[in-house]
Amino acid sequence: MSAGHAVRDTRRLVGRSLRHVLRSPDTIITTAVTPIAMLLLFVYVLGGAIDVGGAEYVTYLLPGILLITVASGVAYTAFRLFTDVSTGIVERFRSMAIARSALLWGHVVTSVVANLVSVVLVVLVALLMGFRSGAGVLAWLAVAGILVLFTLALTWLAVVPGLTATTVDGVSGFSYPLVFLPFVSSAFVPTESMPGPVRWFAEHQPVTSIVDALRALLTEQPVGSAGWTAVAWCLGLLVVAYVWAVRTYRRTVS
Amino acid sequence: MTSAIAVAGLRKSYGDHAVLDGVDLDVPRGTVLALLGSNGAGKTTVVRILSTLLRADGGTATVNGFDVAGQPEQVRGSISLTGQFAAVDQVLTGRENLVLMARLRHLDDAGRVAGDLLTRFDLTDAADRRVATYSGGMRRRLDIAMSLVGDPPVLFLDEPTTGLDPQSRTAVWATVRELAGSGTTVLLTTQYLDEAEQLADRIAILHRGRIIVEGTLAELRRLLPPATVEHVEKQSTLEEVFLAVVGSGGQAGR
Ligand SMILES: Nc1ncnc2c1ncn2[C@@H]1O[C@H](COP(=O)(O)OP(=O)(O)OP(=O)(O)O)[C@@H](O)[C@H]1O
Ligand SMILES: [Mg+2]
Repeated sequence: MSAGHAVRDTRRLVGRSLRHVLRSPDTIITTAVTPIAMLLLFVYVLGGAIDVGGAEYVTYLLPGILLITVASGVAYTAFRLFTDVSTGIVERFRSMAIARSALLWGHVVTSVVANLVSVVLVVLVALLMGFRSGAGVLAWLAVAGILVLFTLALTWLAVVPGLTATTVDGVSGFSYPLVFLPFVSSAFVPTESMPGPVRWFAEHQPVTSIVDALRALLTEQPVGSAGWTAVAWCLGLLVVAYVWAVRTYRRTVS
Repeated sequence: MTSAIAVAGLRKSYGDHAVLDGVDLDVPRGTVLALLGSNGAGKTTVVRILSTLLRADGGTATVNGFDVAGQPEQVRGSISLTGQFAAVDQVLTGRENLVLMARLRHLDDAGRVAGDLLTRFDLTDAADRRVATYSGGMRRRLDIAMSLVGDPPVLFLDEPTTGLDPQSRTAVWATVRELAGSGTTVLLTTQYLDEAEQLADRIAILHRGRIIVEGTLAELRRLLPPATVEHVEKQSTLEEVFLAVVGSGGQAGR
């Protein structure tokens, strides 16, 4: 099967699953609603009591909220894939001369697009709430790049339950810990305020370095090593999730 | 080479349950073979192996001259599968489903192909409605129509008319006859013995993991002595033959 074929098949299947998203725009909105609610809650209710050292709290909070947006958004990707498996669509496609990889990439590309739309919605609300950034084009591109990498990594992770789940509840369950992880990171409060072991965990888990890198880029601070640590975490996660997903896919073929 | 489907010694077990225990089949080009068997006899298993969805434990199978295990890509390019349960995209409309199939089969005039099939399967009125609103029978018709896109030389139909009303069943029969007339090879499984009588050039009965009889309807009838009713010789029906060879208990070995 030529690479040209694979690209064409993927494009068609991306078109198909984007249509699914367009026909249920509520999935994009629902993905954005919870993070927006958190943004409102933390900025207007709890934010007054949180000391982040001078900065606007909404600006401090936004990067973590964006990661939560993606973490909850990929649940819909898992759900769409699960639906394809359980309705027999996957079998139909697999009995056709379609590039093997196209079906998964169709869902993955759609996931990135849908999640970025949700992310933009959240950023717009943050702007209304007083978020401001003087970051230049390059810094914004870096922010977008890290978010895309993060989305890709979590999407490939979402492929696994999408392929293997036996019930609808089982499909989305995997995203709860992902949504929870930012709470034990520098996303909401500086890690210095946490007790020893919790602080150690927070400082060594991926969300903190990703949040720190995004925050530095948005507030025009030197990014330092957090940037590379963030990219390394995202790439590492991506590779592990990709290999896991593809193996799962192959295993379900036999 | 005159066989469109050639199967020899095919074996498949789940745990220690040998579902297929040496299946031999030969389907000449342009003919229709009906595969009969009780529930759980392994009909779907045969179809899934021949359409590359499932790997056999042993034996050989070629479809359109290609080895199912060694050249799955070429096999997929030669076949089309209508699985036992309708595999249609519920979010898309009927027309969009057909257009998607046509594009994935790399046809140039996807719109026309879709239009023709919608007409043939009496789905024109519902063409631009989402499939989620279709009745079970309409879905099944769309499902079969999707399998016909691109005129594949070998067609697998796993219980194609289960759940269809008499008119739709007659329409599917007419389509199968037409396809066979134009050289398509069809392997169909069915629970309706009259369907096999109507459509099949040859009939095979799968029982306890093997093909226990195979032949034309006339040949199968010769297995039973003709019943003499009021001095008029009555030909035995396929149902009588079936029950005689599998035993009237009818259950596969479980
Ligand atoms: N994944 C599986 N794991 C274990 N057993 C299986 C699996 N798939 C099928 N079987 C068993 O294989 C046997 C044959 O199943 P198959 O679906 O091929 O039968 P069938 O002839 O198509 O029956 P039906 O007429 O009910 O559609 C059954 O006993 C079934 O329980
Ligand atoms: Mg079956």
